[in-house]
Amino acid sequence: MQQKRKNNLGIIGWVCGGRYGADRYAYALHRLTGLGILCYFLMHIFVTGRRLGADGPDKWTQAMEFFQNTVICGLPVFVIGEFLVFLAFIFHAINGIRLIFVELGLLVGKPGLPAYPYSYSTLRQRPVLVGALCVVALLVGVAGADFVHHLWFVE
Amino acid sequence: MRESKLWFLHVITAVVILFLLGSHMGIMHMGRILQVFGIGSTEPTNVEEVFARSKQVLFMAVYIVLLGTALFHGLYGLRSIIYELSFPKALEKTVGRVLCVAGIALFIYGSYVAVQLTKGA
Amino acid sequence: MSDSSKTVVFEVLRYDPERGEAPHLQEFTVPVTKGMTVLDGLHWIKENKDRTLSWRSSCRMGICGSCGMFINGLPRLACTNQISHLHSDRVVIKPLPNYDIIRDLVPDLEKLFDKHRSVKPYLIRKDQVEQNRPTSEYFQSEEELVNYIQFAYCIKCGLCLAACPTVATSKDYVGPQALTQGWRYLADSRDEGCGEHGEALYSSHGVYRCHFAGACSQVCPKGVDPGLAIQLAKQDAFLKTLGARKPKKASGVTPPVQNWQPRANIPKAPEPTVGK
Repeated sequence: MQQKRKNNLGIIGWVCGGRYGADRYAYALHRLTGLGILCYFLMHIFVTGRRLGADGPDKWTQAMEFFQNTVICGLPVFVIGEFLVFLAFIFHAINGIRLIFVELGLLVGKPGLPAYPYSYSTLRQRPVLVGALCVVALLVGVAGADFVHHLWFVE
Repeated sequence: MRESKLWFLHVITAVVILFLLGSHMGIMHMGRILQVFGIGSTEPTNVEEVFARSKQVLFMAVYIVLLGTALFHGLYGLRSIIYELSFPKALEKTVGRVLCVAGIALFIYGSYVAVQLTKGA
Repeated sequence: MSDSSKTVVFEVLRYDPERGEAPHLQEFTVPVTKGMTVLDGLHWIKENKDRTLSWRSSCRMGICGSCGMFINGLPRLACTNQISHLHSDRVVIKPLPNYDIIRDLVPDLEKLFDKHRSVKPYLIRKDQVEQNRPTSEYFQSEEELVNYIQFAYCIKCGLCLAACPTVATSKDYVGPQALTQGWRYLADSRDEGCGEHGEALYSSHGVYRCHFAGACSQVCPKGVDPGLAIQLAKQDAFLKTLGARKPKKASGVTPPVQNWQPRANIPKAPEPTVGK
């Protein structure tokens, strides 16, 4: 009896862009950053809930001190983690603006008669992707420099 | 079509979040940089500042709108990912419903917190 | 300039279900001549080295869509890619990912055709009598034709499904090929089957599971651009939900021409010579 061999790439198909374009990597990163932000956001709702009640300010101060003073391997992990969420937001937001335009059919061109060499939607919106990544790099650079400077050189 | 309406909201909420969460993130993480332009705070998580902000009705309204839009956008995004993982149809539907109920519950809880904080608890 | 002594190493994935072996790569050294395609290389191996090597191919000129393979990291047609254009001394050939492997380089494309059927890829009209026994043609302008003709060039080679990251995990996702064909009919001014095509297209496993990784359009060998069709389908649904676009009104049958007069300078047709 003949048996077919399964050959689905699975999650590797999401994560590994291989030799496809930068858009494929943006796809993976958009997904990853989205999940990261969502996890933080759900946690954030409960942390904010601690502000309620007469002892709210005390609980809040305690929570903030815990976040700021927890150091593992010499690193303030929660402070760094929170900053990573901010970086994730920068990417997700800027790439998200591109995706809104693309998914509403605004940067992908119009259908026409295909003539070789083919022009296609991925290539047509590529300059916007490159531009978006430059903006992300700039914002991450500025915010990152400020963060690192404040964390290691000011305190 | 139902999915079209959900995705429509996914896009609309994305635009709302872009402005609201953009401002929130800017204030929280780029305070020192914004000071260059004469706005923002260097200590946005300071207890007095946090509670002073929470008491303003405008902030409460913004928090509730942001809470609702972000919950929808985030949970629809999570549902998209789950729908792409080849779970059995019945499980997919159950997950969709659980996320819907969880979203509504979190919205009610978060809104309650935002409203209570304006009363200066 | 051709160099007959030039060789490249073909690394071909072998899988024989009857032997019960795990898929493995087998190396063949293949002499390369000018203009030789990957498919020619496979033929050379079959003729000279190993007659058991299996793949699917037919037209040898990028029309039939049979020889889709995963060649040096990208899904491509073996017949339209010259070995010299790969710029490598090694040609690694595997069957298309995201399809079950039947044997060696033969993927099981059943899934592709099932998905294609799901969008009802044919012209749907309400006037069944006219459609089945036409009295005239349906009207379509050249501008209306351009709206979909690009998407009608699909040869069903299945490369787009091999490239799509969503297809990699989702067995239910309708996929770039079928979604494009669904949109091809929705964009056709003669079609009245908005609901019929849209059922699969706008389902929870339809166009909204595309997040524009853009790989399908990159690998399409016919310039069909599935990514474009899917985004246009989303745009259409968005505008309709917003109320900014009204449902399409399908074109009617072209009316018979009234007071028709032949041009004076056209010569008269000769008398028929048969069937008198």
